Amino acid sequence: MYKYDEYDQAIVDARVGEFRDQVNRRISGEMSEDQFKPLRLMNGLYLQLHAYMLRVAVPYGTMDARQMHMLATIARKYDKGYGHFTTRQNIQYNWIKLDQAPDILAELATVEMHAIQTSGNCIRNISSDQFAGAAADEVEDPRPWAELLRQWSTFHPEFSYLPRKFKIAVIGAEEDRAAVKLHDIGLQLYRNDAGEVGFRLFAGGGMGRTPMIAPVIREWLPKGDLLSYVESCLRVYNRYGRRDNMYKARIKILVHEIGAAEYARQVEEEWAHVKTLGLDPPASEFERIAGYFAPPAYDADLPDTVDRTDPDFTLWIDQNVSAHKQPGYAVVTISLKPAEGIPGDASADQIDLMADLADKYGHDELRVTHAQNIVLPHVRKRDLHTIWQALEGAGLATPNLDLISDIIACPGLDYCSLANARSIPLAQKIAGRFADLDRQRDVGELKLKISGCINACGHHHAGHIGILGVDRKGEENYQLSFGGSAAEDTSLAKIIGPGFNEDGVVDAVEKAVETYRGLRTEGERFLDTYRRVGLAPFKEAIYG
Amino acid sequence: MKLVTGNDLESGDVVWWTGDGWSRHVADAVDAGHAGESIAATEEAARRVNSPYVIDATATADGPRPAHIKDRIRAAGPTVRPDLGVRPADANRGEWVI
Repeated sequence: MYKYDEYDQAIVDARVGEFRDQVNRRISGEMSEDQFKPLRLMNGLYLQLHAYMLRVAVPYGTMDARQMHMLATIARKYDKGYGHFTTRQNIQYNWIKLDQAPDILAELATVEMHAIQTSGNCIRNISSDQFAGAAADEVEDPRPWAELLRQWSTFHPEFSYLPRKFKIAVIGAEEDRAAVKLHDIGLQLYRNDAGEVGFRLFAGGGMGRTPMIAPVIREWLPKGDLLSYVESCLRVYNRYGRRDNMYKARIKILVHEIGAAEYARQVEEEWAHVKTLGLDPPASEFERIAGYFAPPAYDADLPDTVDRTDPDFTLWIDQNVSAHKQPGYAVVTISLKPAEGIPGDASADQIDLMADLADKYGHDELRVTHAQNIVLPHVRKRDLHTIWQALEGAGLATPNLDLISDIIACPGLDYCSLANARSIPLAQKIAGRFADLDRQRDVGELKLKISGCINACGHHHAGHIGILGVDRKGEENYQLSFGGSAAEDTSLAKIIGPGFNEDGVVDAVEKAVETYRGLRTEGERFLDTYRRVGLAPFKEAIYG
Repeated sequence: MKLVTGNDLESGDVVWWTGDGWSRHVADAVDAGHAGESIAATEEAARRVNSPYVIDATATADGPRPAHIKDRIRAAGPTVRPDLGVRPADANRGEWVI
């Protein structure tokens, strides 16, 4: 894991002091809300329906146990005993007091964390593959590059006031676990025919009110040119992005309007200049950063088998444990989607427990996933049963990863000031309708994603089944979409027809699932069957 | 009836105009009549409450009921965490919200 140097720490500490002064001036009445709002947002502090909400950055979703314990401490000491892990691999606290916000940031700074780049029209916290450094299918660990981008982007003066927010994701495997084509810039490390590793760069993707899949802007980018090329991409966007209309200000609109080829041409032209400026770090600097991400000291000659005599444990192994590149090790995904639970929520005690498990059994590493779960990336297979027992005792061993009850849901109208409809109760009802785990497993992989408004924080555009909550004459109404994917086969879900009330959409989802079960061929997921047969049979079952 | 509501500056709590100040309980809210926008502007200038605004509500036996679900949820707290709501002892709160 990356460790702050003296400059990182000084920057973060100074920001805490600066924000404390700003908060004091706001509370004293020296500043108006209009003056204060952009300052608090630069420190991750929003005002939501019931209180201030603090969004804390978890760079590329990676934390150690000490940091995770701090998240629990903040939940317990300053909030109401829980936190909400988000689709941006961050954590949000829903009940923050303004005068305590600087104290929280000061406590976070002691464990090398902050809330910078979690709001505003800047380059947001860099996201990545939650299995980075552990995945069996990985070409190279993407996190050193994500960290390089973090250092380059934090407080970058040229990009502090972009036309709109800007999200970058980096992966190092063929399987896309970070939705790179749905980011403003997506970067994929891959090996070319000559055996070299470089980047494929996508730009102009995103969800929100105008969802778009990012086209490839550069098929091959040498790794050493990353910063200068990304800076060139940002410069072209910063120059021509639509500042006159916030709904058309994301890079996806620019790339779509001028075309990917023209955008790429302009980036190349800019890059011809930028790459002469010495922006790209020397290899020694990158190697210094990469050194922090060296693989943990794996034990050799560990047993590579697991005792499968306990059926409940075996179920969890089969559903929530993934292959690790190191023999004798495995990757554990802890589901934060228990029956009747709130997707992504974890209590302070649960957060502490997960930190303890990472410390004791997981080489001191945790990851937050964009699907609102937690990963222990480096676990000895021989410890899996002990870990499962601990999780089971804390309500954290739900064996439903990637099943229909592993629902992504934004906070929705229960918490969010932008939302038009509630997301969480709907997620709970759908999960309740499919409470039978055998039924869920029979249905197989089905990614259901719910957003409470058009901003799409719940990634409904990328759901195999996506649900968007809207306000129809003061009533909550839900639009159903099918066919989305955030994986390497990225696609955007299409609305199937008129919307439903809350109970109606639960019924419609069940009818869709039963239609799929009747139509599927061997090995087909819901998404595969939908792509093969099209919408008609589903529409007939739901509306017919 | 018209209510004036906003969020308390320091705590962020939802607050309701009572005629001479702010309360965390919608039951204490008074009909602002035609003075709502003026009250909101004055309070905004006083910098005690963030972004006060005027909403429609109906008078019921249990007190004012905001017209829009968003304001009903603001009044009562998250429907998925009744334990954290403003009136946790009220067993009918969930019904009232919906």
